[in-house]
Amino acid sequence: MDILVYALYIVAFAMFIIGLSGLTAPRSAVRGNKIAAAGMGVAFIATLIHIRDTGSWLVIIAALVVGVIVGIPPARKVKMTAVPQLVALFNGVGGGTVALIAWGEFLESDGFTGLRVASGPVLPLVIASLFAAIIGSLSFWGSIVAFLKLQQILPGHPLSVGRLQQPLNAILFLGSVVAAVVVGIGSTTTGAALVWFVAILILAGILGVMTVLPIGGADMPVVISLLNALTGLSAAAAGLALNNIAMIVAGMLVGASGTILTNLMAKAMNRSIPSIVAGGFGGRSQGNAATSNGDQVAKSTSAADAAIKLAYANQVIVVPGYGLAVAQAQHAVKDMAKVLEARGIEVKYAIHPVAGRMPGHMNVLLAEADVSYDAMKEMDDINGEFSRTDVTIVIGANDVTNPAARTDPNSPIFGMPVLNVDQSRAVIVLKRSMSSGFAGIENPLFFGANTTMLFGDAKKSVAQVTEELKAL
Amino acid sequence: MDYTDFLANIAILVLSGFIGFAVISKVPNTLHTPLMSGTNAIHGIVVLGALTVLGTAHNPSIPLQIISFVAIVFGTVNVIGGFVVTDRMLAMFKTRPAASTDGKN
Repeated sequence: MDILVYALYIVAFAMFIIGLSGLTAPRSAVRGNKIAAAGMGVAFIATLIHIRDTGSWLVIIAALVVGVIVGIPPARKVKMTAVPQLVALFNGVGGGTVALIAWGEFLESDGFTGLRVASGPVLPLVIASLFAAIIGSLSFWGSIVAFLKLQQILPGHPLSVGRLQQPLNAILFLGSVVAAVVVGIGSTTTGAALVWFVAILILAGILGVMTVLPIGGADMPVVISLLNALTGLSAAAAGLALNNIAMIVAGMLVGASGTILTNLMAKAMNRSIPSIVAGGFGGRSQGNAATSNGDQVAKSTSAADAAIKLAYANQVIVVPGYGLAVAQAQHAVKDMAKVLEARGIEVKYAIHPVAGRMPGHMNVLLAEADVSYDAMKEMDDINGEFSRTDVTIVIGANDVTNPAARTDPNSPIFGMPVLNVDQSRAVIVLKRSMSSGFAGIENPLFFGANTTMLFGDAKKSVAQVTEELKAL
Repeated sequence: MDYTDFLANIAILVLSGFIGFAVISKVPNTLHTPLMSGTNAIHGIVVLGALTVLGTAHNPSIPLQIISFVAIVFGTVNVIGGFVVTDRMLAMFKTRPAASTDGKN
Protein backbone atom coordinates (compact mmCIF):
# COMPACT_ATOMS: atom_id res chain seq x y z
CA MET A 1 0.00 0.00 0.00
CA ASP A 2 2.81 2.39 0.83
CA ILE A 3 4.25 1.77 -2.63
CA LEU A 4 0.91 2.76 -4.12
CA VAL A 5 0.89 5.96 -2.05
CA TYR A 6 4.42 6.81 -3.15
CA ALA A 7 3.60 6.09 -6.82
CA LEU A 8 0.52 8.32 -6.66
CA TYR A 9 2.65 11.13 -5.21
CA ILE A 10 4.97 10.81 -8.21
CA VAL A 11 2.00 11.02 -10.57
CA ALA A 12 0.77 14.07 -8.66
CA PHE A 13 3.98 16.07 -8.84
CA ALA A 14 4.41 15.21 -12.52
CA MET A 15 0.94 16.72 -13.06
CA PHE A 16 1.96 19.87 -11.16
CA ILE A 17 4.94 20.34 -13.48
CA ILE A 18 2.85 19.69 -16.61
CA GLY A 19 0.19 22.06 -15.31
CA LEU A 20 2.68 24.85 -14.67
CA SER A 21 4.19 24.35 -18.13
CA GLY A 22 0.72 25.12 -19.47
CA LEU A 23 0.93 28.60 -17.95
CA THR A 24 3.58 29.59 -20.49
CA ALA A 25 0.81 30.62 -22.94
CA PRO A 26 -2.72 31.96 -22.37
CA ARG A 27 -4.16 29.36 -24.74
CA SER A 28 -2.95 26.37 -22.69
CA ALA A 29 -3.19 28.03 -19.29
CA VAL A 30 -6.76 27.08 -18.36
CA ARG A 31 -6.00 23.44 -19.07
CA GLY A 32 -2.70 23.68 -17.19
CA ASN A 33 -4.46 24.93 -14.08
CA LYS A 34 -6.99 22.09 -14.33
CA ILE A 35 -4.18 19.51 -14.68
CA ALA A 36 -2.48 20.91 -11.59
CA ALA A 37 -5.81 20.78 -9.71
CA ALA A 38 -6.31 17.17 -10.81
CA GLY A 39 -2.78 16.40 -9.60
CA MET A 40 -3.81 17.81 -6.24
CA GLY A 41 -6.77 15.43 -6.26
CA VAL A 42 -4.43 12.48 -6.89
CA ALA A 43 -2.14 13.55 -4.04
CA PHE A 44 -5.19 13.97 -1.79
CA ILE A 45 -6.41 10.44 -2.52
CA ALA A 46 -2.90 9.09 -1.91
CA THR A 47 -2.86 10.76 1.49
CA LEU A 48 -6.27 9.34 2.40
CA ILE A 49 -4.96 5.86 1.53
CA HIS A 50 -1.90 6.54 3.65
CA ILE A 51 -3.93 7.49 6.73
CA ARG A 52 -6.75 4.95 6.11
CA ASP A 53 -6.44 3.40 9.62
CA THR A 54 -6.89 6.66 11.49
CA GLY A 55 -9.56 7.10 14.12
CA SER A 56 -9.86 10.84 13.46
CA TRP A 57 -12.22 10.79 10.45
CA LEU A 58 -14.77 12.96 12.18
CA VAL A 59 -12.32 15.81 12.75
CA ILE A 60 -10.81 15.42 9.27
CA ILE A 61 -14.12 15.45 7.41
CA ALA A 62 -15.46 18.34 9.48
CA ALA A 63 -12.30 20.37 8.77
CA LEU A 64 -12.41 19.63 5.04
CA VAL A 65 -16.07 20.63 4.82
CA VAL A 66 -15.45 23.88 6.70
CA GLY A 67 -12.44 24.63 4.46
CA VAL A 68 -14.47 24.14 1.27
CA ILE A 69 -17.37 26.23 2.57
CA VAL A 70 -15.06 29.07 3.64
CA GLY A 71 -12.73 28.91 0.62
CA ILE A 72 -15.01 28.82 -2.41
CA PRO A 73 -17.29 31.89 -2.04
CA PRO A 74 -14.54 34.56 -1.90
CA ALA A 75 -12.71 32.87 -4.79
CA ARG A 76 -15.84 32.94 -6.94
CA LYS A 77 -17.04 36.42 -6.01
CA VAL A 78 -13.86 38.48 -5.65
CA LYS A 79 -13.61 41.45 -7.99
CA MET A 80 -10.57 41.29 -10.25
CA THR A 81 -9.39 44.58 -8.76
CA ALA A 82 -9.23 42.86 -5.35
CA VAL A 83 -7.28 39.80 -6.47
CA PRO A 84 -4.00 40.92 -4.84
CA GLN A 85 -5.48 40.91 -1.34
CA LEU A 86 -7.21 37.57 -1.90
CA VAL A 87 -3.95 36.00 -3.08
CA ALA A 88 -2.19 37.48 -0.05
CA LEU A 89 -4.86 35.98 2.21
CA PHE A 90 -4.71 32.51 0.60
CA ASN A 91 -0.94 32.66 0.78
CA GLY A 92 -1.19 33.54 4.46
CA VAL A 93 -3.48 30.67 5.44
CA GLY A 94 -1.11 28.32 3.58
CA GLY A 95 1.79 29.60 5.65
CA GLY A 96 -0.37 29.23 8.75
CA THR A 97 -1.00 25.59 7.86
CA VAL A 98 2.77 24.95 7.70
CA ALA A 99 3.35 26.53 11.12
CA LEU A 100 0.48 24.50 12.61
CA ILE A 101 1.81 21.27 11.05
CA ALA A 102 5.15 21.89 12.74
CA TRP A 103 3.33 22.51 16.01
CA GLY A 104 1.31 19.32 15.55
CA GLU A 105 4.45 17.30 14.86
CA PHE A 106 6.05 18.80 17.92
CA LEU A 107 3.13 17.70 20.10
CA GLU A 108 2.79 14.29 18.47
CA SER A 109 6.48 13.45 18.90
CA ASP A 110 6.50 14.68 22.51
CA GLY A 111 8.61 17.74 21.76
CA PHE A 112 10.54 15.87 19.05
CA THR A 113 11.79 13.43 21.73
CA GLY A 114 9.76 10.69 20.03
CA LEU A 115 12.04 11.09 17.01
CA ARG A 116 15.16 10.92 19.13
CA VAL A 117 14.96 7.22 20.01
CA ALA A 118 14.85 6.28 16.35
CA SER A 119 18.10 5.89 14.51
CA GLY A 120 18.35 8.02 11.40
CA PRO A 121 18.52 11.66 10.38
CA VAL A 122 16.88 13.03 13.52
CA LEU A 123 18.64 16.38 13.60
CA PRO A 124 17.96 17.31 9.94
CA LEU A 125 14.29 16.42 10.40
CA VAL A 126 14.01 18.52 13.55
CA ILE A 127 15.74 21.40 11.78
CA ALA A 128 13.35 21.12 8.83
CA SER A 129 10.37 21.21 11.20
CA LEU A 130 11.71 24.23 13.07
CA PHE A 131 12.47 26.03 9.79
CA ALA A 132 8.89 25.34 8.72
CA ALA A 133 7.63 26.72 12.03
CA ILE A 134 9.58 29.99 11.72
CA ILE A 135 8.90 30.66 8.03
CA GLY A 136 5.31 29.45 8.23
CA SER A 137 4.46 31.77 11.10
CA LEU A 138 6.37 34.68 9.53
CA SER A 139 4.54 34.36 6.21
CA PHE A 140 1.16 33.85 7.88
CA TRP A 141 1.34 37.10 9.85
CA GLY A 142 3.18 38.97 7.09
CA SER A 143 0.51 37.99 4.56
CA ILE A 144 -2.29 39.00 6.94
CA VAL A 145 -0.74 42.48 7.24
CA ALA A 146 -0.32 42.64 3.44
CA PHE A 147 -4.00 41.68 3.11
CA LEU A 148 -5.09 44.34 5.61
CA LYS A 149 -3.04 46.99 3.78
CA LEU A 150 -4.33 46.04 0.33
CA GLN A 151 -7.90 45.91 1.64
CA GLN A 152 -7.21 49.38 3.10
CA ILE A 153 -8.14 48.29 6.59
CA LEU A 154 -4.61 49.37 7.49
CA PRO A 155 -3.22 52.48 5.79
CA GLY A 156 -1.27 51.75 2.60
CA HIS A 157 1.60 54.08 3.39
CA PRO A 158 4.66 52.79 5.29
CA LEU A 159 4.22 52.41 9.06
CA SER A 160 7.42 51.98 10.99
CA VAL A 161 9.08 52.69 14.28
CA GLY A 162 11.81 54.59 12.51
CA ARG A 163 15.47 53.93 13.00
CA LEU A 164 14.81 51.17 15.55
CA GLN A 165 13.03 49.07 12.94
CA GLN A 166 15.99 47.12 11.62
CA PRO A 167 17.65 46.37 14.98
CA LEU A 168 14.22 45.32 16.30
CA ASN A 169 13.69 42.96 13.36
CA ALA A 170 17.17 41.52 13.85
CA ILE A 171 16.43 40.87 17.53
CA LEU A 172 13.12 39.19 16.66
CA PHE A 173 14.83 37.00 14.08
CA LEU A 174 17.68 36.03 16.40
CA GLY A 175 15.19 35.41 19.21
CA SER A 176 13.16 32.98 17.11
CA VAL A 177 16.34 31.18 16.00
CA VAL A 178 17.57 30.91 19.60
CA ALA A 179 14.21 29.52 20.71
CA ALA A 180 14.41 27.03 17.82
CA VAL A 181 17.89 25.94 18.91
CA VAL A 182 16.67 25.43 22.49
CA VAL A 183 13.81 23.26 21.23
CA GLY A 184 16.10 21.49 18.77
CA ILE A 185 18.73 20.53 21.36
CA GLY A 186 15.93 19.19 23.50
CA SER A 187 17.70 19.62 26.83
CA THR A 188 14.61 21.03 28.55
CA THR A 189 11.59 19.20 29.87
CA THR A 190 8.60 18.68 27.57
CA GLY A 191 6.60 21.40 29.33
CA ALA A 192 9.36 23.99 29.01
CA ALA A 193 10.00 22.97 25.41
CA LEU A 194 6.38 23.74 24.57
CA VAL A 195 6.82 27.26 25.94
CA TRP A 196 9.92 27.69 23.79
CA PHE A 197 8.13 26.31 20.75
CA VAL A 198 5.24 28.74 21.14
CA ALA A 199 7.86 31.47 21.57
CA ILE A 200 9.24 30.55 18.12
CA LEU A 201 5.81 30.99 16.56
CA ILE A 202 5.15 34.29 18.38
CA LEU A 203 8.56 35.86 17.66
CA ALA A 204 8.46 34.82 13.99
CA GLY A 205 4.89 36.13 13.77
CA ILE A 206 5.83 39.54 15.18
CA LEU A 207 8.76 39.60 12.77
CA GLY A 208 6.35 39.00 9.88
CA VAL A 209 4.12 41.88 11.01
CA MET A 210 7.08 44.20 11.57
CA THR A 211 8.57 43.39 8.18
CA VAL A 212 5.46 44.11 6.13
CA LEU A 213 4.09 47.14 8.07
CA PRO A 214 6.82 49.55 6.89
CA ILE A 215 6.40 48.61 3.24
CA GLY A 216 4.49 51.09 1.07
CA GLY A 217 1.70 50.26 -1.37
CA ALA A 218 3.85 50.66 -4.48
CA ASP A 219 6.28 48.04 -3.18
CA MET A 220 3.51 45.49 -2.63
CA PRO A 221 4.22 43.46 -5.80
CA VAL A 222 7.66 42.62 -4.39
CA VAL A 223 6.33 41.76 -0.94
CA ILE A 224 3.57 39.49 -2.22
CA SER A 225 6.08 37.67 -4.43
CA LEU A 226 8.51 37.30 -1.55
CA LEU A 227 5.84 35.93 0.81
CA ASN A 228 4.81 33.53 -1.97
CA ALA A 229 8.40 32.27 -2.24
CA LEU A 230 8.71 31.88 1.54
CA THR A 231 5.53 29.83 1.94
CA GLY A 232 6.75 27.59 -0.88
CA LEU A 233 10.06 26.95 0.84
CA SER A 234 8.32 26.32 4.16
CA ALA A 235 6.08 23.73 2.47
CA ALA A 236 9.16 21.99 1.04
CA ALA A 237 10.72 21.93 4.53
CA ALA A 238 7.53 20.47 6.00
CA GLY A 239 7.61 17.88 3.21
CA LEU A 240 11.13 16.88 4.18
CA ALA A 241 10.12 16.52 7.82
CA LEU A 242 7.10 14.39 6.89
CA ASN A 243 8.94 12.37 4.20
CA ASN A 244 6.32 13.46 1.64
CA ILE A 245 7.80 13.86 -1.86
CA ALA A 246 4.72 15.53 -3.34
CA MET A 247 5.02 18.29 -0.74
CA ILE A 248 8.74 18.64 -1.39
CA VAL A 249 8.32 19.06 -5.15
CA ALA A 250 5.25 21.30 -4.90
CA GLY A 251 6.94 23.49 -2.29
CA MET A 252 10.05 23.91 -4.39
CA LEU A 253 8.03 24.76 -7.52
CA VAL A 254 6.25 27.50 -5.60
CA GLY A 255 9.52 28.64 -4.05
CA ALA A 256 11.12 28.89 -7.49
CA SER A 257 8.14 30.78 -8.90
CA GLY A 258 8.07 33.23 -6.01
CA THR A 259 11.82 33.79 -6.23
CA ILE A 260 11.69 34.49 -9.97
CA LEU A 261 8.81 36.93 -9.54
CA THR A 262 10.50 38.68 -6.60
CA ASN A 263 13.64 39.21 -8.67
CA LEU A 264 11.68 40.47 -11.69
CA MET A 265 9.74 42.94 -9.55
CA ALA A 266 12.84 44.22 -7.78
CA LYS A 267 14.61 44.63 -11.11
CA ALA A 268 11.65 46.53 -12.56
CA MET A 269 11.98 48.97 -9.65
CA ASN A 270 15.76 49.09 -9.84
CA ARG A 271 15.96 48.25 -6.14
CA SER A 272 17.49 45.41 -4.21
CA ILE A 273 15.23 43.05 -2.27
CA PRO A 274 16.94 43.88 1.07
CA SER A 275 16.37 47.61 0.55
CA ILE A 276 12.66 47.03 -0.09
CA VAL A 277 12.27 44.73 2.92
CA ALA A 278 14.15 47.28 5.03
CA GLY A 279 11.39 49.83 4.35
CA GLY A 280 9.54 51.65 1.59
CA PHE A 281 10.05 55.07 0.08
CA GLY A 282 8.64 56.51 3.31
CA GLY A 283 10.26 59.65 4.65
CA ARG A 284 11.15 60.91 1.19
CA SER A 285 9.59 64.08 -0.24
CA GLN A 286 5.95 63.85 0.76
CA GLY A 287 2.74 64.72 -1.12
CA ASN A 288 3.27 67.78 -3.27
CA ALA A 289 -0.23 69.08 -3.90
CA ALA A 290 0.61 72.12 -6.02
CA THR A 291 -0.36 72.36 -9.68
CA SER A 292 2.86 74.16 -10.49
CA ASN A 293 6.47 73.13 -10.38
CA GLY A 294 8.51 76.30 -10.10
CA ASP A 295 7.65 78.27 -13.24
CA GLN A 296 6.05 75.22 -14.83
CA VAL A 297 2.30 74.80 -14.73
CA ALA A 298 0.35 71.67 -15.45
CA LYS A 299 -2.23 72.29 -18.19
CA SER A 300 -5.67 70.96 -17.50
CA THR A 301 -7.94 69.85 -20.31
CA SER A 302 -11.55 68.84 -20.89
CA ALA A 303 -13.08 65.58 -22.06
CA ALA A 304 -14.11 67.27 -25.31
CA ASP A 305 -10.57 68.44 -26.11
CA ALA A 306 -9.16 65.04 -25.22
CA ALA A 307 -11.70 63.38 -27.52
CA ILE A 308 -10.71 65.63 -30.43
CA LYS A 309 -7.05 64.78 -29.95
CA LEU A 310 -7.83 61.08 -29.86
CA ALA A 311 -10.13 61.20 -32.87
CA TYR A 312 -7.36 62.46 -35.14
CA ALA A 313 -4.69 60.01 -33.97
CA ASN A 314 -3.41 57.02 -35.88
CA GLN A 315 -2.17 55.14 -32.86
CA VAL A 316 -3.16 55.46 -29.20
CA ILE A 317 -1.37 53.81 -26.30
CA VAL A 318 -3.13 53.32 -22.97
CA VAL A 319 -0.91 53.17 -19.88
CA PRO A 320 -2.87 51.66 -16.98
CA GLY A 321 -1.83 51.91 -13.33
CA TYR A 322 -3.20 51.18 -9.89
CA GLY A 323 -5.57 54.16 -10.26
CA LEU A 324 -7.39 52.22 -12.98
CA ALA A 325 -7.97 49.38 -10.53
CA VAL A 326 -9.15 51.75 -7.78
CA ALA A 327 -11.62 53.43 -10.13
CA GLN A 328 -12.71 50.06 -11.63
CA ALA A 329 -12.24 51.74 -15.01
CA GLN A 330 -11.24 48.71 -17.08
CA HIS A 331 -14.62 48.27 -18.81
CA ALA A 332 -14.89 52.00 -19.51
CA VAL A 333 -11.43 51.89 -21.10
CA LYS A 334 -12.43 48.96 -23.28
CA ASP A 335 -15.57 50.84 -24.38
CA MET A 336 -13.45 53.84 -25.36
CA ALA A 337 -11.03 51.60 -27.23
CA LYS A 338 -13.94 50.09 -29.18
CA VAL A 339 -15.07 53.53 -30.34
CA LEU A 340 -11.51 54.42 -31.32
CA GLU A 341 -10.99 51.15 -33.16
CA ALA A 342 -14.25 51.70 -35.03
CA ARG A 343 -12.63 54.91 -36.38
CA GLY A 344 -9.64 52.88 -37.59
CA ILE A 345 -7.33 53.96 -34.76
CA GLU A 346 -4.99 51.34 -33.39
CA VAL A 347 -5.13 51.00 -29.59
CA LYS A 348 -2.39 49.29 -27.58
CA TYR A 349 -1.82 48.87 -23.86
CA ALA A 350 1.61 49.45 -22.33
CA ILE A 351 2.01 47.56 -19.08
CA HIS A 352 4.87 48.17 -16.69
CA PRO A 353 5.90 45.07 -14.69
CA VAL A 354 5.13 46.73 -11.35
CA ALA A 355 1.93 48.54 -12.36
CA GLY A 356 -0.74 47.66 -9.81
CA ARG A 357 -0.34 45.73 -6.60
CA MET A 358 0.94 42.36 -7.81
CA PRO A 359 2.79 41.00 -10.83
CA GLY A 360 0.50 40.98 -13.87
CA HIS A 361 -2.34 42.77 -12.02
CA MET A 362 -3.18 45.11 -14.94
CA ASN A 363 -3.24 42.26 -17.46
CA VAL A 364 -5.91 40.45 -15.47
CA LEU A 365 -8.06 43.59 -15.21
CA LEU A 366 -7.83 44.28 -18.94
CA ALA A 367 -8.48 40.63 -19.74
CA GLU A 368 -11.62 40.87 -17.59
CA ALA A 369 -12.77 43.74 -19.81
CA ASP A 370 -12.20 41.57 -22.91
CA VAL A 371 -9.09 43.37 -24.07
CA SER A 372 -7.24 41.07 -26.45
CA TYR A 373 -4.13 39.45 -25.06
CA ASP A 374 -2.19 40.54 -28.18
CA ALA A 375 -2.89 44.22 -27.50
CA MET A 376 -1.20 44.11 -24.06
CA LYS A 377 2.45 45.01 -24.57
CA GLU A 378 5.33 44.54 -22.19
CA MET A 379 7.56 47.51 -21.42
CA ASP A 380 10.54 46.47 -23.54
CA ASP A 381 8.34 45.69 -26.54
CA ILE A 382 6.51 49.01 -26.60
CA ASN A 383 9.04 51.55 -25.34
CA GLY A 384 10.34 52.15 -28.87
CA GLU A 385 6.84 52.91 -30.10
CA PHE A 386 6.00 55.96 -28.00
CA SER A 387 7.91 58.32 -30.29
CA ARG A 388 5.69 57.13 -33.17
CA THR A 389 2.50 57.43 -31.14
CA ASP A 390 0.11 60.35 -31.51
CA VAL A 391 -1.65 60.17 -28.16
CA THR A 392 -0.77 58.29 -24.98
CA ILE A 393 -3.40 58.13 -22.24
CA VAL A 394 -2.05 57.54 -18.75
CA ILE A 395 -4.79 56.19 -16.48
CA GLY A 396 -3.95 56.17 -12.80
CA ALA A 397 -0.26 55.42 -13.36
CA ASN A 398 2.43 57.71 -12.03
CA ASP A 399 5.90 56.57 -11.03
CA VAL A 400 6.18 54.03 -13.87
CA THR A 401 5.86 56.91 -16.36
CA ASN A 402 8.26 59.31 -14.62
CA PRO A 403 10.92 60.52 -17.08
CA ALA A 404 13.08 61.67 -14.14
CA ALA A 405 14.03 58.00 -13.72
CA ARG A 406 15.92 58.37 -17.03
CA THR A 407 17.15 61.93 -16.82
CA ASP A 408 17.53 63.15 -13.24
CA PRO A 409 20.31 61.49 -11.22
CA ASN A 410 18.93 63.16 -8.08
CA SER A 411 15.54 61.50 -8.39
CA PRO A 412 14.91 58.74 -5.83
CA ILE A 413 13.81 56.46 -8.66
CA PHE A 414 16.71 57.30 -11.00
CA GLY A 415 17.68 54.18 -12.95
CA MET A 416 14.31 52.48 -12.62
CA PRO A 417 13.12 51.28 -16.04
CA VAL A 418 10.06 53.37 -17.01
CA LEU A 419 7.64 53.62 -19.91
CA ASN A 420 8.86 56.41 -22.22
CA VAL A 421 5.45 58.07 -22.26
CA ASP A 422 6.98 61.57 -22.52
CA GLN A 423 8.27 60.77 -26.01
CA SER A 424 4.83 60.50 -27.59
CA ARG A 425 3.43 63.49 -29.49
CA ALA A 426 0.68 64.14 -26.97
CA VAL A 427 0.06 62.80 -23.49
CA ILE A 428 -3.24 62.91 -21.65
CA VAL A 429 -2.94 62.09 -17.96
CA LEU A 430 -6.10 61.01 -16.12
CA LYS A 431 -5.70 61.71 -12.45
CA ARG A 432 -7.87 62.50 -9.47
CA SER A 433 -5.73 65.42 -8.34
CA MET A 434 -2.18 66.71 -8.49
CA SER A 435 -1.09 64.74 -5.43
CA SER A 436 2.01 62.71 -6.03
CA GLY A 437 2.01 58.93 -6.35
CA PHE A 438 2.44 56.40 -3.57
CA ALA A 439 6.18 56.89 -3.71
CA GLY A 440 5.70 60.63 -3.07
CA ILE A 441 7.94 61.60 -5.97
CA GLU A 442 7.23 64.52 -8.26
CA ASN A 443 6.60 63.58 -11.88
CA PRO A 444 7.95 66.05 -14.51
CA LEU A 445 5.78 64.29 -17.10
CA PHE A 446 2.78 66.25 -15.79
CA PHE A 447 4.49 69.55 -16.62
CA GLY A 448 5.69 68.51 -20.09
CA ALA A 449 4.91 70.77 -23.07
CA ASN A 450 2.93 68.00 -24.77
CA THR A 451 1.08 66.88 -21.62
CA THR A 452 -2.45 67.81 -20.61
CA MET A 453 -4.19 66.71 -17.43
CA LEU A 454 -7.77 65.47 -17.28
CA PHE A 455 -8.71 65.66 -13.61
CA GLY A 456 -11.43 63.51 -12.04
CA ASP A 457 -12.43 59.93 -11.37
CA ALA A 458 -10.80 57.78 -14.06
CA LYS A 459 -13.95 55.81 -14.85
CA LYS A 460 -16.10 58.93 -15.23
CA SER A 461 -13.43 60.75 -17.25
CA VAL A 462 -13.01 57.87 -19.67
CA ALA A 463 -16.78 57.53 -20.05
CA GLN A 464 -17.07 61.28 -20.81
CA VAL A 465 -14.31 61.06 -23.41
CA THR A 466 -16.13 58.11 -24.99
CA GLU A 467 -19.38 60.12 -25.17
CA GLU A 468 -17.55 63.05 -26.77
CA LEU A 469 -15.93 60.68 -29.26
CA LYS A 470 -19.30 59.23 -30.22
CA ALA A 471 -20.69 62.75 -30.70
CA LEU A 472 -17.89 63.78 -33.07
CA MET B 1 13.51 6.50 7.51
CA ASP B 2 17.31 6.40 7.33
CA TYR B 3 19.92 8.75 5.94
CA THR B 4 19.67 7.29 2.42
CA ASP B 5 15.97 8.15 2.27
CA PHE B 6 16.64 11.59 3.62
CA LEU B 7 19.37 12.28 1.06
CA ALA B 8 17.10 10.99 -1.71
CA ASN B 9 14.52 13.52 -0.56
CA ILE B 10 17.15 16.27 -0.62
CA ALA B 11 18.04 15.23 -4.17
CA ILE B 12 14.37 15.51 -5.17
CA LEU B 13 14.22 18.92 -3.48
CA VAL B 14 17.22 20.26 -5.37
CA LEU B 15 16.12 18.87 -8.74
CA SER B 16 12.57 20.18 -8.40
CA GLY B 17 14.00 23.61 -7.60
CA PHE B 18 15.86 23.59 -10.91
CA ILE B 19 12.80 22.33 -12.79
CA GLY B 20 10.74 25.09 -11.20
CA PHE B 21 13.21 27.73 -12.38
CA ALA B 22 13.34 26.28 -15.91
CA VAL B 23 9.57 26.02 -16.35
CA ILE B 24 8.51 29.24 -14.67
CA SER B 25 11.13 31.41 -16.41
CA LYS B 26 9.09 30.87 -19.58
CA VAL B 27 5.83 32.27 -18.18
CA PRO B 28 5.06 35.64 -19.84
CA ASN B 29 4.49 38.79 -17.75
CA THR B 30 0.84 38.82 -18.76
CA LEU B 31 0.18 35.61 -16.85
CA HIS B 32 2.08 36.50 -13.70
CA THR B 33 -1.01 37.06 -11.55
CA PRO B 34 -2.55 33.67 -12.50
CA LEU B 35 0.90 32.13 -12.06
CA MET B 36 1.15 33.46 -8.56
CA SER B 37 -2.35 32.43 -7.59
CA GLY B 38 -1.91 29.03 -9.30
CA THR B 39 1.36 28.26 -7.52
CA ASN B 40 -0.30 29.51 -4.38
CA ALA B 41 -2.99 26.86 -4.84
CA ILE B 42 -0.31 24.19 -5.42
CA HIS B 43 1.25 25.33 -2.18
CA GLY B 44 -2.05 24.31 -0.59
CA ILE B 45 -0.65 20.77 -0.75
CA VAL B 46 0.35 21.46 2.84
CA VAL B 47 -3.17 20.34 3.71
CA LEU B 48 -1.89 16.82 3.05
CA GLY B 49 0.80 17.38 5.66
CA ALA B 50 -1.86 18.37 8.16
CA LEU B 51 -3.89 15.26 7.29
CA THR B 52 -0.80 13.07 7.70
CA VAL B 53 0.11 14.49 11.11
CA LEU B 54 -3.38 13.95 12.47
CA GLY B 55 -4.04 10.74 10.56
CA THR B 56 -0.89 8.94 11.72
CA ALA B 57 -1.12 10.04 15.36
CA HIS B 58 -2.06 7.31 17.81
CA ASN B 59 -4.75 8.57 20.16
CA PRO B 60 -4.30 12.25 19.24
CA SER B 61 -4.60 14.58 22.22
CA ILE B 62 -7.23 17.32 22.24
CA PRO B 63 -4.66 20.10 21.55
CA LEU B 64 -3.31 18.13 18.58
CA GLN B 65 -6.84 17.64 17.28
CA ILE B 66 -7.59 21.36 17.56
CA ILE B 67 -4.33 22.38 15.88
CA SER B 68 -4.84 19.85 13.10
CA PHE B 69 -8.45 20.93 12.59
CA VAL B 70 -7.40 24.55 12.07
CA ALA B 71 -4.48 23.46 9.87
CA ILE B 72 -6.75 21.37 7.62
CA VAL B 73 -9.29 24.20 7.35
CA PHE B 74 -6.54 26.70 6.41
CA GLY B 75 -4.95 24.30 3.92
CA THR B 76 -8.28 23.47 2.28
CA VAL B 77 -9.14 27.17 1.91
CA ASN B 78 -5.72 27.70 0.32
CA VAL B 79 -5.99 24.88 -2.19
CA ILE B 80 -9.68 25.12 -3.20
CA GLY B 81 -9.86 28.91 -3.22
CA GLY B 82 -6.55 29.15 -5.09
CA PHE B 83 -7.55 26.86 -7.93
CA VAL B 84 -11.03 28.39 -8.28
CA VAL B 85 -9.82 31.99 -8.50
CA THR B 86 -7.01 31.02 -10.90
CA ASP B 87 -9.47 29.24 -13.15
CA ARG B 88 -11.73 32.31 -13.18
CA MET B 89 -8.83 34.58 -14.10
CA LEU B 90 -7.44 32.38 -16.84
CA ALA B 91 -10.84 32.02 -18.48
CA MET B 92 -10.75 35.78 -19.13
CA PHE B 93 -7.61 35.74 -21.25
CA LYS B 94 -8.47 35.66 -24.92
CA THR B 95 -6.05 35.86 -27.79
CA ARG B 96 -8.47 37.37 -30.27
CA PRO B 97 -10.81 40.32 -29.69
CA ALA B 98 -14.03 38.81 -28.42
CA ALA B 99 -17.38 39.40 -30.03
CA SER B 100 -19.49 42.30 -28.81
CA THR B 101 -19.90 42.37 -25.06
CA ASP B 102 -22.14 45.38 -24.75
CA GLY B 103 -23.95 45.92 -21.51
CA LYS B 104 -21.23 44.23 -19.53
CA ASN B 105 -20.62 47.34 -17.52
